[in-house]
Amino acid sequence: MSHRVKHSGARVDFDRPLAFSFDGKSYGGYAGDTLASALLANGVRMLGRSFKYGRPRGIVGAGPEEPNALTQVETGAATIPNLKATQVELYDGLIARRTTGWPTLDFDLKSLCGPFSRFMPAGFYYKTFQNRTLWPRFEHIIRQAAGYGSAPEEADADTYDHRHRHAEVVVVGGGACGLLAALDAGRAGLQVILFDEQNEMGGWLLSSPNTVIGGEPAAQWLKTIIAELRSLPNVEMLTRTSAFALHDMNLIVAVEQLQDHLPLAERSETKPRQRLHRVRADRIILASGAIERPLVFGNNDLPGILTASALTTYLNRYGVGVGKRVVLQTSNDYAYQGACDLANSGCSVVLVDTRMRPNTAWEQRAHVAGVDVRPGYGVAAAQGGRAVKGVKLVKLDADRNVMSGEGPTVECDAVGSSGGLSPTVHLYCHDGGRPYWDEEKLAFVVSATGRAAAGIYCVGSITGTFGLQAALAQTQQTVGEVIASFGKAPAQETRKIETDEPEATPARRIFRVPDGKAEGHGQKAFVDFQNDVSAADIHLAIRENYRSIEHIKRYTALGFGTDQGKLSNVNGFAIAADALSKSIPEVGTTTYRPAYSPVTFGTLAGPHEGDTFEPRRYTAMHASHVARGAVFENVGQWLRPQYFLKPGEDQEAAIRRECVATRRSVGLMDASTLGKIDIQGKNVREFLNRVYANAWTQLAPGKCRYGLMLDENGMVMDDGVTACISDEHFVMTTTTGGAARVMSWLENWHQTEWPDLDVYMTSVTDHWATAAVVGPKSRQVLEKLCSDIDLSPGSFKFMDWREGTVAGVPARVFRISFSGELAFEVNVDASYGHHVWEALMEAGAEFGITPYGTDAMHLLRAEKGFIIVGQDTDGSMTPFDLDMAWAVSMKKPFSFIGKRSFARSDTAGPNRKQLVGLLTDDPSVVLAEGAQIIERPDASLPVAMLGHVTSSYFSPELNRSIAMAVVRDGIQRRSDDSRKAGRDVLFAYSRGTTHKVKVVSPVFVDPKGERQNG
Amino acid sequence: MKKDYSLWSLFTKGLKHNEGWDPAWRSADPKPSYNVVIVGAGGHGLATAYYLAKEHGVRDIAVIEKGYLGGGNTARNTTIVRSNYLWDEATMLYEHALKLWEGLTEDLNFNVMFSQRGVFNLGHTLQDMRDIERRVNANVLNGIDAQMLDTAEVKRMIPILNTSKNARYPVLGASYQPRAGVARHDAVAWGFARAASKYGVDIVENCEVIGMDLAGGRIQGLQTSRGFIRAERVGCVASGHSSVLAKMAGIRLPIDSHPLQAFVSESMKPVLDTIVMSNAVHGYASQSDKGELVIGAGIDHYTSYTQRGSPHIIEHTAAAIIELFPIFSRVRMNRQWGGIVDTTPDACPIISKTKVKGLYFNCGWGTGGFKATPGSGNVFAHTIAKDDPHPLNKAFSLDRFSTGHLIDEHGAAAVAH
Amino acid sequence: MFVLFCPHCQEKREEEEFGYGGEAFRVRPSTPDTVDDETWGDYLFMRSNPKGWNWELWSHATGCRKFFVVKRNTATNAIAGSWTLAEGRKVYDAEGGAQ
Repeated sequence: MSHRVKHSGARVDFDRPLAFSFDGKSYGGYAGDTLASALLANGVRMLGRSFKYGRPRGIVGAGPEEPNALTQVETGAATIPNLKATQVELYDGLIARRTTGWPTLDFDLKSLCGPFSRFMPAGFYYKTFQNRTLWPRFEHIIRQAAGYGSAPEEADADTYDHRHRHAEVVVVGGGACGLLAALDAGRAGLQVILFDEQNEMGGWLLSSPNTVIGGEPAAQWLKTIIAELRSLPNVEMLTRTSAFALHDMNLIVAVEQLQDHLPLAERSETKPRQRLHRVRADRIILASGAIERPLVFGNNDLPGILTASALTTYLNRYGVGVGKRVVLQTSNDYAYQGACDLANSGCSVVLVDTRMRPNTAWEQRAHVAGVDVRPGYGVAAAQGGRAVKGVKLVKLDADRNVMSGEGPTVECDAVGSSGGLSPTVHLYCHDGGRPYWDEEKLAFVVSATGRAAAGIYCVGSITGTFGLQAALAQTQQTVGEVIASFGKAPAQETRKIETDEPEATPARRIFRVPDGKAEGHGQKAFVDFQNDVSAADIHLAIRENYRSIEHIKRYTALGFGTDQGKLSNVNGFAIAADALSKSIPEVGTTTYRPAYSPVTFGTLAGPHEGDTFEPRRYTAMHASHVARGAVFENVGQWLRPQYFLKPGEDQEAAIRRECVATRRSVGLMDASTLGKIDIQGKNVREFLNRVYANAWTQLAPGKCRYGLMLDENGMVMDDGVTACISDEHFVMTTTTGGAARVMSWLENWHQTEWPDLDVYMTSVTDHWATAAVVGPKSRQVLEKLCSDIDLSPGSFKFMDWREGTVAGVPARVFRISFSGELAFEVNVDASYGHHVWEALMEAGAEFGITPYGTDAMHLLRAEKGFIIVGQDTDGSMTPFDLDMAWAVSMKKPFSFIGKRSFARSDTAGPNRKQLVGLLTDDPSVVLAEGAQIIERPDASLPVAMLGHVTSSYFSPELNRSIAMAVVRDGIQRRSDDSRKAGRDVLFAYSRGTTHKVKVVSPVFVDPKGERQNG
Repeated sequence: MKKDYSLWSLFTKGLKHNEGWDPAWRSADPKPSYNVVIVGAGGHGLATAYYLAKEHGVRDIAVIEKGYLGGGNTARNTTIVRSNYLWDEATMLYEHALKLWEGLTEDLNFNVMFSQRGVFNLGHTLQDMRDIERRVNANVLNGIDAQMLDTAEVKRMIPILNTSKNARYPVLGASYQPRAGVARHDAVAWGFARAASKYGVDIVENCEVIGMDLAGGRIQGLQTSRGFIRAERVGCVASGHSSVLAKMAGIRLPIDSHPLQAFVSESMKPVLDTIVMSNAVHGYASQSDKGELVIGAGIDHYTSYTQRGSPHIIEHTAAAIIELFPIFSRVRMNRQWGGIVDTTPDACPIISKTKVKGLYFNCGWGTGGFKATPGSGNVFAHTIAKDDPHPLNKAFSLDRFSTGHLIDEHGAAAVAH
Repeated sequence: MFVLFCPHCQEKREEEEFGYGGEAFRVRPSTPDTVDDETWGDYLFMRSNPKGWNWELWSHATGCRKFFVVKRNTATNAIAGSWTLAEGRKVYDAEGGAQ
């Protein structure tokens, strides 16, 4: 039974008891405990059931490698699924639940599958459930049975933060080597950030406080070095910070847990829960250590069977004994210290060493501590039901990993196994680095300076340097190189740091302990606990020709869990290698991908959520619109008034009122969001000739012109009015959504193709606020506010612009129109936008001036047949398709952008879709925008489509519906056109309803343009 | 074809400790010569070989692969299958594929776990809604199961979706295709490999093409890392690496290879039983049978063959997912990865003969390749066998890039995932 | 995620400040109206898309707005250097242009 062992070396504070609950039962623990250590201290060993077979499962590890103990922590909006109990710091009041075991932990429905597990080997689901009708039902059951924790049911109340920073040196891992690396680099004056995922620095030394290092116990050594690091202003130490990814060019990404360890009531609402650090480092020192992998043997998944290092950690660091009668099984020296510590704590310890000849120095120490060392044996299988009760030993052959004889059965209540250390090479490999297999160390390792050219250095266990003394020496030397690479010198002479470790002896090359049976015949021996992958499953995969390690992984799900195979991968690779009769390097590894440990979505998103998901852009007149009841529409990042609601009105009534007022008297529209580009230079005219389809050579100062901008494929990509300020100065407007794209497009052409043209461009979209005064009374309104521009029709003509003063403010006034009415667009410095808008509203009050939004704007322009790029075009329309040949000058000497593409067979060919107007037979029917045009209403599927409705409205002016559409051969179909071919009757289909329509000109109102010219 | 995967075979083999299972497919060494060589043993390439053998009676086929079978984009995608495209040509091609998907498990005697859980394409702006209306109407007239839903209907079907009017980009509605789904991506490659292998197709892994021999404007064979292989016809189905192969034959392709990233959450109890895609907010998500949220990000804008992208793309996608599903904020990302997608100017594939006789290309699927797998293989097999495109892929030829007859799925289309 | 050196600003900055502009030194036919459809289509759409060293355009989109060229390895993301368009052209030509 697991129990508390109070001793002074533990990193828990026995004076600070804490209460917590698990699965509804109350328990006690201490400050410094993890949820896992506290549960073990309370004798709780079974925490869940396995994924596939419902087998009882308990804690295996003591850190991020934990495959089984996935818990649901807290409730309501604060709940988090799948936290590993080994990584949850205990706090007072913590509430946790199991994530598996249904309906109860003791009786799990999936465990009924246990006896049938031989019929459910890896990939069994590929071979069955093939019936098309029944599969969805099977799948439903599979889905219900799968999954660990539950997603929260409420939105997250916490906030998250991002910090982007630079560092001269980032050290990953605060164990002995990482601390020493940070110290040496820090002493040399380098700016250092040290990350460690745990709640305190120290790494393995926290689990091994009695190791003598530099002549003092590890605990003391840690205290001294951490104190000095704290005193260095150029060193920043971040605990609870997991470096989870390494990206190109030394970008380390780490998550700092700021509040997860605090009781809910003590957490600050104004501080983030977690912070993401994105650090661009000149040099990276990976001191990420290694994780002990277990040996694979029968029933190795019983609760009470852990890694040897986890057993040691629970005892030394947390003051928890996992059992009283412990069997340790090892292939190496590393388990000996733990065995001694366990024995010294009062456990009876049997140490099964798979080697024929253990390390004599260690063996001696073990004997002194009272450990019963059994060399040449292995654990063939564990015994027990819901917890381990004993182990069956077998005698091992000296050379080959086969059983050479029976062994005794040893009763026990805890088992720890050590199959060697697996270096934590994950980050090294995220950006393309590769580890190599070291047959002596029996590990995938990386070289200390193999990527020094890229600024990546590795020290300690990650390099396979598992001995502490050697690792510290390697750290000193490597950090010396790092310091030298900055052109600096170490602050002091390197001093040798001695430890009390005996000289290491080789480990036995063993991964799967033999049980004398063919694989698959004996007790299930698990490689990957979380996915219930057994050694037999790997053999089966290979038998079925899934021989690439990626196939094995994908077929069996090896390493796919939330532990990412930290315990299982190397065992899996090795078992596969043996089954394939290949070496481990030939089998290779699967790809290491971020994240090293799971990362909260909220942390990834950081501040980019809710109101700050994406910026909102407001015009200078926004407050005016809000005050007048505007309903806003998102147009790109902009918020534009869609319509203005008056009390008692609905959307339709509002639009109608706005349109009528504008056509009969005067309306006011905020056009500030249109893109504006100021273009100056000697060659602006030539530049415009090249980037627009029409000609700009003749446009005089004081004049404006509408232009169509094409892509090189000949398709319309943007449009707008450009004004000639002077011969060498023009102002271009673009669509609201296209502003940034057009700016970049123009810069690209100018800089890469035509650098010889003297042209300078600046985006001035935000510099100007634009109020469009629209309607027959617009001149009268403007006259009240503007005395220095002659607004008379004879002097200020359509498509002219003038500079003057409006409402006391310098202004550029353009006489252009997107409604077909007499209209003036008043452009002023954006900071005067609100003032001028309000002045116009006041001046227009006597005429009933009416602010209108994008809905009315769309309607008014559709009545005139003016296109909206992106609504009436979709990247497949040429100017000719839009019947806008008038906006194309084919005679310009320079072959303007897109011109050549017109001549291609398809672009020049017949049967193109062309822009037309549509009138429904029934004038009250407003077609859906997006209705498809078909030839006959009764055609059978699939129905040939001739085009679609792009814009559609009820026109108050005409008191009937109108629509614009792109239709195959549309222009020839128009009933009003001399080119008509008599096919003007078509049908518009939308959502099951078909309406008869007539193809007409898209200009419905004032085709001669008398109003805008008036 | 003998259906040797069944409940019965699981039972009988299970009794004998699962020792009696045959290799799912036969690994072959390359022969000196083949009638048809397919370059690329991903889903599309293996499907091509399968249909060449099954429907066109071609027997002397090899599929050669530089790495391991199914190890390219087949192994690294978000498995969405749908056919609700905008233009007729694309819709019909993807619908052909979807119909094949619906019978694929039974056809291959291999459960590819095709799960028709429906796809929602959300609209967040008025223009999105116009585009959705246009696409749904086009789909319906093409016989595709498409529906248009308003916000309330979307909310009823996906209660965890954030449909608040106060969202940065509120959900205004959606298109819905009930027959859309997801599948077990690796199983698709394995199932096709197994079925093709049964027809005698040679599957040759770890065999990289390093050159192409041409003579008289015709393909003669391939120089590979495992020697020269003579071939009468060669079909290249190498997604992101297509440009590299094309260059060997002196052909230029309108392709840019970009990283496309995706990530999965930790495994959770069922919480999302459909597929949700949002173009405006830039994210899409479904939940696998294993319980992981499978989330796709946008493409990185630079070209790269590295199978990894930039972290800010993932961060933006996580933000988008939280915007759509605020309850996922505390859920954790387990693993992220990247693939190499072969993008074309019109977001449509190239399934085409080339100026080299006997050399065919099937590429340019961009972010949308997985869903087309059986359909793509089926029409490409036809193209190779008949030396003439199938009616469904006529429009997807290379010459559209000189005639201008593009099929622009960018235009008003939904996200091309 | 890259760090790029802007030769105009003379600064190393994060990739997020930059916009990717595709293959560098593509040549627009000097007289588009006289080339055939295939040549025009090649210029419009066909790309080298090499796996390996790639000459590519970037713009310092949130900085100086200038375009410049980068030689980057698309198989490893290694960067050989950044140049202004004019300087890059010289290096590119000296290397024999697009091989």
